[in-house]
Amino acid sequence: MFSTAAHLANTPDQLLPARELMAFTLASHILLVPFGVALPFITLLMHHRALRQGDPVALTLARRWSAVMAVQFAIGIITGTVLSFEFGLLWPGMMGRWGDVFGLGFGIEAWAFFLEAVLIAIYLYGWRRLKPWTHFWLAVPLPLTALMGTFGIIAANSWMNTPQGFRLDAQGNPVDVNVQQAIFTPMFGPEYWHFVVAMLLTAGYVVAGVYAVGWLRGRRDRYHRLGFTVPFTVAAILTPVQFMLGDSAARAVFHKQPIKFAATEIVWKTDTHVPEYMFGRLHPDGTISGGLKIPQLDSILAGFSPDTKVTGLSSVPASDRPTATQATIAHWAFDIMVTVGSVLILLALWYAWSWWRHRDNPRSRWFYRCAAIAGVACLVTVECGWITTEVGRQPWIVYNHMRVSEAVTSTRAGSLWAMLGIVMAVYVAVFGAFLAVILKMRTRWRIADEGSADVRAALPPETDTPYGPRSEPEPAAAGAAPGGGSDHTSGGA
Amino acid sequence: MAEFIAWVLVLAIAAYACAGGTDYGAGFWDLMAGGAERGKRPRWLIDHAMAPVWEANNVWLIFVLVIMWTGFPTMFQAVFSAMWLPLALAAVGLVLRGAGFALRKPSRRLAQRRIYGAVFAVSSLVTPFFLGAVLGGIASGRVKVGTNASADAWANGTSVLVGLLAIAATAFLGAVFLCSDALRFGAHDLVDYFRLRALIAFGAVVVLALIALPVTHDDARYVWDGLTGGWGLVLIILAAVCGLATVVLLLRRSHGWSRYTSVASVALVVGAWGFAQRPYVLPTSLTVAEAAGAAHTLRWLVIVTGIAIVLVGPALVLLYRLDTMGELEELTDADTGAARTPGDNL
Repeated sequence: MFSTAAHLANTPDQLLPARELMAFTLASHILLVPFGVALPFITLLMHHRALRQGDPVALTLARRWSAVMAVQFAIGIITGTVLSFEFGLLWPGMMGRWGDVFGLGFGIEAWAFFLEAVLIAIYLYGWRRLKPWTHFWLAVPLPLTALMGTFGIIAANSWMNTPQGFRLDAQGNPVDVNVQQAIFTPMFGPEYWHFVVAMLLTAGYVVAGVYAVGWLRGRRDRYHRLGFTVPFTVAAILTPVQFMLGDSAARAVFHKQPIKFAATEIVWKTDTHVPEYMFGRLHPDGTISGGLKIPQLDSILAGFSPDTKVTGLSSVPASDRPTATQATIAHWAFDIMVTVGSVLILLALWYAWSWWRHRDNPRSRWFYRCAAIAGVACLVTVECGWITTEVGRQPWIVYNHMRVSEAVTSTRAGSLWAMLGIVMAVYVAVFGAFLAVILKMRTRWRIADEGSADVRAALPPETDTPYGPRSEPEPAAAGAAPGGGSDHTSGGA
Repeated sequence: MAEFIAWVLVLAIAAYACAGGTDYGAGFWDLMAGGAERGKRPRWLIDHAMAPVWEANNVWLIFVLVIMWTGFPTMFQAVFSAMWLPLALAAVGLVLRGAGFALRKPSRRLAQRRIYGAVFAVSSLVTPFFLGAVLGGIASGRVKVGTNASADAWANGTSVLVGLLAIAATAFLGAVFLCSDALRFGAHDLVDYFRLRALIAFGAVVVLALIALPVTHDDARYVWDGLTGGWGLVLIILAAVCGLATVVLLLRRSHGWSRYTSVASVALVVGAWGFAQRPYVLPTSLTVAEAAGAAHTLRWLVIVTGIAIVLVGPALVLLYRLDTMGELEELTDADTGAARTPGDNL
């Protein structure tokens, strides 16, 4: 009885809890993704440095990061598995109808992820027994598998945004599926690169942020300096790149998903000379309250000219576009993302300027304060980017082809609310325990470092800066042997 | 093509049953290991044996789900609609299990390790039971396209028996593998400990299978007929032979070979179920051909699978080889330079 009611009603009761459950689990999972995708890369950079230069401090850092990676990757696998269950548990309608059109991306992702799990196991557990360089080279494909896995996931998501690669028959079912077209959709390129760089950037700023905090607390040793500089440099180089990529992604949305663009920019009426609103709130009647209005700017940003015509939300029926609240949410998420991105560019410039002038990290405490916040800000930005793309697509789960309400499970709302409660409790416990374990690891490391401060003082003074011009030619061939040797000796020390 | 993908799916399920199953079995014995002091050594072994491979073992499940929704979307939809609750509970079990295991390792306080360990062990029981119950429900024909979620789909004799069989089979696999792991880690006292448990688990599998025969006779008639005749029967007999061979090998303490025969017995049972269910993915309402997704997608699924086997296969072989050769060892506190803190029990 309830199922007929569910099918007849426009927004079935179970839609809200299903959405909340998906949103909650995805929002949690996405916080771990940057580290799954980019931490291996950053760790390998440090590891390479340790082997190449026989640097025991770099080696300790790489080992500690890999210890963190072990716990983080495990939690990421778990939350990721939950998501693949939820596709079926929450959105059986979408998977049943479109699974064979866009599912292949997940197939690629699953295999890439498999390879990643295998390689990461070898890397994490290979430190002690494998030959140092063999161990390193076995891990080199890791970042590539991460890129491949991302490829699959973003292919699926960009398909939901700009679905293609099929034809609808008389009953409205997809036929003549073309997989290549379904994977390489118009939004794929912009989304993919924007996402990959976001992950690298976030992991870089978060890891560097940890050592920035250490620096602020007075730990100014080489360990903290190196732990800060390597990830921060990666992130700082990518920040301006990301700004360009983000801009091109927004323009791709303008061309391919005009209603979503209208939602993220809260444009109500199709027009030229459209102003840009920084924040502000859209009301159901199309008026906007609050926010900072910049005349003409939206048209200029979208098409480089004030004459550019921007499609407004009111150009389609209310049932085919995000509600005023949803548009406001997407708009705020978008604006926060852009604002944080812009501020991060200033931080990256500060860093670049300091290296250009002084061949050194900035000395200002404010720089390290900002750097410490940058990691958290990046995580917020990742959430915002995801909210923008998902809420901006409403009410469609498959843009212009299937509404979220058509895809939702027929399971009773009560069961879903209960499930949401259970999952929230479990996730809070798991993430809390995860954080506690990581913080505990950090404490144990710090205590050990402070206890052996005299040992570290005996290390040769820092002769080379981590990046920038070197004081002597790189010890290319000679570096390998002592690097290998130091692996075992310093490890046991 | 659809037939081929269906077999890939059966193979992936078999791989998950064997790899993931061994893993769940280790968790089962963790649960049965007794108190903190008495269970210390078995738990130590389980921890060390599982750590490098458990993540890879469990990714098979994701692959099973992906083949289902890409290759047979209508079947995926039907199963996830009808089996909502057991699948949701299995998912919760997966979260708790993985988190319990991952967090137990770096914990240094006994109280914390107890909590994480208990969570890991209990959900090692819950998850295979519900996944087994789902398979039982499907095999008994309770899932049809459009079936709504109801308790009947999984709370019935067949489902419960398959769920219990899943637990017993994982316990069997886990104990057999832990026998040779104990040898590998030089814990000779634990070899006999797990040998006994492997034999008991095998006994449990046989007893449950015998109970299942009359119970499923009418309840899951199509699959019952398939398993007691034709290729299904051949594979079941082979599985039984492999199972008995495992017992003989265990009794003769040939622990290296017993792993292969035990895996073969479980994989053959899954294969037999695949034969028994032919040509249906949902007996007796949805055939492989009816459930199949778009032809172009299936072709690409085969290609992607082929490429993946070329890429993942060698890596997986390397992982298992390094693992069994004892080359994979956890980082110690000395390696990362970690200190003890007050309250650490290790």
